[in-house]
Amino acid sequence: MGSARLYLAVAVGGFRRYASYRAATAAGVFTNTVFGLILVYTYLALWEERPGLGGYDQAQAVTYVWLGQCLYATLAIQGGGAEKDLMDRIRTGEIAVDLYRPADLQLWWLAGDVGRALFQMVGRGVVPFLVGWLFFPMALPGEAGLWAAFAVTLLLAAVVSFAIRYLAALSVFWLMDGMGVSQVLMILGVFCSGMVLPLNAFPGAFGDVVRWLPWAAQIQVPADVLMGETAVPGAFAFQAGWAVVLLGLGRLVQSAATRRVVVQGG
Amino acid sequence: MLVEGVRAYGLIAGMWLRAGMTYRASFAATLVGNLVMTGLDFVAILLMFSQVDSLGGWSLPEVALLYGLSVTSFGIADLVLGSMDVLGARMRDGSFDTLLVRPAPVLAQVGADRFAPRRLGRIVQGAVVLGWALVSVDVDWSVPKVLLVPVMVVSGAAIFSAVFVAGAAFQIFAQDAAEVQNAFTYGGTTLLQYPPSVFGKDLVRGATFLVPLAFVNWVPVCHLLGRPYPVGLPPWVSFASPLVAVACCVPAGLAWRAALRAYRSTGS
Amino acid sequence: MDTNGRVGAVDPFIELDGVEKVFEVRRKTGFMRRERHRVRAVDSISFAVARGEMVGYIGPNGAGKSTTIKMLTGILTPSAGRLRVAGIEPSRERTRLAHRIGVVFGQRTTLWWDLPLIDSYRLMHRMYRIPDARYRENLDRLVELLELGSLLDVPVRQLSLGQRMRGDIVAALLHDPEVLYLDEPTIGLDVVSKAKVREFLRQLNAERATTVLLTTHDLQDIEQLCSRVMVIDHGRLVYDGALAGLHESGESERTLVVDLARELPPIDAPPPARVVRVEGPRQWLAFPASESAAGLVARIAAEYPLVDLSVREPDIEAVIAKMLHGDSHGKEVGRPVP
Repeated sequence: MGSARLYLAVAVGGFRRYASYRAATAAGVFTNTVFGLILVYTYLALWEERPGLGGYDQAQAVTYVWLGQCLYATLAIQGGGAEKDLMDRIRTGEIAVDLYRPADLQLWWLAGDVGRALFQMVGRGVVPFLVGWLFFPMALPGEAGLWAAFAVTLLLAAVVSFAIRYLAALSVFWLMDGMGVSQVLMILGVFCSGMVLPLNAFPGAFGDVVRWLPWAAQIQVPADVLMGETAVPGAFAFQAGWAVVLLGLGRLVQSAATRRVVVQGG
Repeated sequence: MLVEGVRAYGLIAGMWLRAGMTYRASFAATLVGNLVMTGLDFVAILLMFSQVDSLGGWSLPEVALLYGLSVTSFGIADLVLGSMDVLGARMRDGSFDTLLVRPAPVLAQVGADRFAPRRLGRIVQGAVVLGWALVSVDVDWSVPKVLLVPVMVVSGAAIFSAVFVAGAAFQIFAQDAAEVQNAFTYGGTTLLQYPPSVFGKDLVRGATFLVPLAFVNWVPVCHLLGRPYPVGLPPWVSFASPLVAVACCVPAGLAWRAALRAYRSTGS
Repeated sequence: MDTNGRVGAVDPFIELDGVEKVFEVRRKTGFMRRERHRVRAVDSISFAVARGEMVGYIGPNGAGKSTTIKMLTGILTPSAGRLRVAGIEPSRERTRLAHRIGVVFGQRTTLWWDLPLIDSYRLMHRMYRIPDARYRENLDRLVELLELGSLLDVPVRQLSLGQRMRGDIVAALLHDPEVLYLDEPTIGLDVVSKAKVREFLRQLNAERATTVLLTTHDLQDIEQLCSRVMVIDHGRLVYDGALAGLHESGESERTLVVDLARELPPIDAPPPARVVRVEGPRQWLAFPASESAAGLVARIAAEYPLVDLSVREPDIEAVIAKMLHGDSHGKEVGRPVP
């Protein structure tokens, strides 16, 4: 129980830290709203031309756009969450201090990142979503059950998102510089999570592959859960499966990296 | 002042270029990364056209023409003024002050900071798409229409530069709210990648009269393709992009000067 | 020297007359409410510095030192008053003035962080339009004096604080500025680096007659370098005169912190040294800053079970506080400023 309290405190710390950037948050709300507006019109034109594309109707496509803007910062689709700080700490060697802490490294960073995600969602994500809901027809469910499932799927999405970025950050132990990795992370994140186009609108075999990658767990799956387009247990299983695999992989890499630090003396 | 600025810009950019050349591998990697990153928007457009034949009534080559012009112009502005987005951080950590004690215009110092060939990625990518669009698109080419293309690229670059400079001025006033400028810079170039017929009338009006991004490509391209512009405009404005560019640069420059003066009277 | 040099040659070189700087600050008073209020960071300051003078500019944190330096360099525009450096109004002709001044900010560098030291110098060479021969001569001399020869190809970010500070001083002097502003030049430096920097500044002032204005927290900087001190407090100039006068108005003391093997009654120290505080086995002794600690240490070591000890330098804030709140007879030594 004691350690649960510790990680809760770390999460609260992550939340508070991001909550202190008020002006930046307001600016982010504005920017996400503008991008949402641009995207929503292009999607409307696309679905006008091809009704039912990817199994969505126009209202669902609109919902997808605003959900994407809501989750953009929440899930650090472009990067810029815990992994950025972690990379800095590895590069500067400060990570050695973290290793001596009586806490699990991965859980520690996960807790902080979930706290950050929660703030980004509440502070930055909700407003653009509400703007979209006010001015465009959206397909939101009436049943409480779907909203509850949506909350769970979001948490799982946050964990998968963290697990991917954590792995990327650990690579700095070997690469000594996070620039290239961050860039790859950004490209994959924006494209494969369905930020530019819903993954179910991707054509052919390419679409099939992308929909099975872990990034699909971030926007596509939560969107489908919210709009009742997928079976909830299957969606949870998909997300949880990737979460377990990626977190497990993270632990393996982490122990290899730790050995490296211990051998090299930091 | 201008001559001094260009000279200082050349000196600083040259220094960064020489420094960057020492790491050829990472130079190549970041250039490729930049190409891919900025090309994702076009991949999205290609994906859309894999499902449909036209968007808002425009064909793929026509949309590619808009895309190529928007990205090339934006790329040039980004090449010249690339580091404007770190201005807020510079003010917070106090390094902005050090720019003010050097005998060179601040704008040139900021623009040339960390100058790197990777900034060419966007231009190359945009120019390739533009080239393909120009040969594929169905246009009745005439001398004025051919001339309109380079005029668009240069004017567009100037309009985007004005937006960058205005954004930089805004950052000085509202340090932590720097991200707002992304809505106009990155948001602007994204907006212009799609046909104006796609967007709501109010958005098109805003992008025509309020922040006249429409003159980067929308208005002149409508003339090239013989398409009606969604908002009624007199015919001569199809060639007005250079005038609009000047009309943007002047207030942006004034805003920058006002911002510098405000900074120097309030401190950080 | 250009035609403007003639104006600058007229003493005084730096001239402030009733200079003020008022900031408007917005303070949070509630959840969304913010209250504006005005802060007078510099309040009607007047002084003059002659060419070739070396002046210490000291005061507690937030007293207005950095604001003054920023106005002198043209970074900030004064709210009121008249300010001239070499006959130039800094905020109006910032770039013209830049050719004639050198600035070193202790806590931030003017060098290009990710590039080798020499790259920054090459850029300064061109940017300041320093004649080639002059540049080479200055660079060689400065690099030798500040012992930077082996570090020229090292990126600035990899330099230690002391090395970087020396690198910054070179950068500030390559173009032969007539005045050098140093904002906390020894902050965070180790003893050896401090000594190097001080020795260099002394030479520079003696050989080139460069006017130097330095702000510092370190009383030793002032003691070893400046014949004249200006003290600023709450934006006002409260003292302007010789260092000796400052000492007299607030006799500075050093502190010897002694750790004994066990708790003992206060050490019987020879006056004027005296115990000022006891906390368990640790005791604090104050003694005049001008005296050596050696005798006192030897005596304690001989008579008491000594475990560890350290000497704390007089803190400039304490000296100023003493001066401001103590007896005022010393003020007549310097030129008291109302």
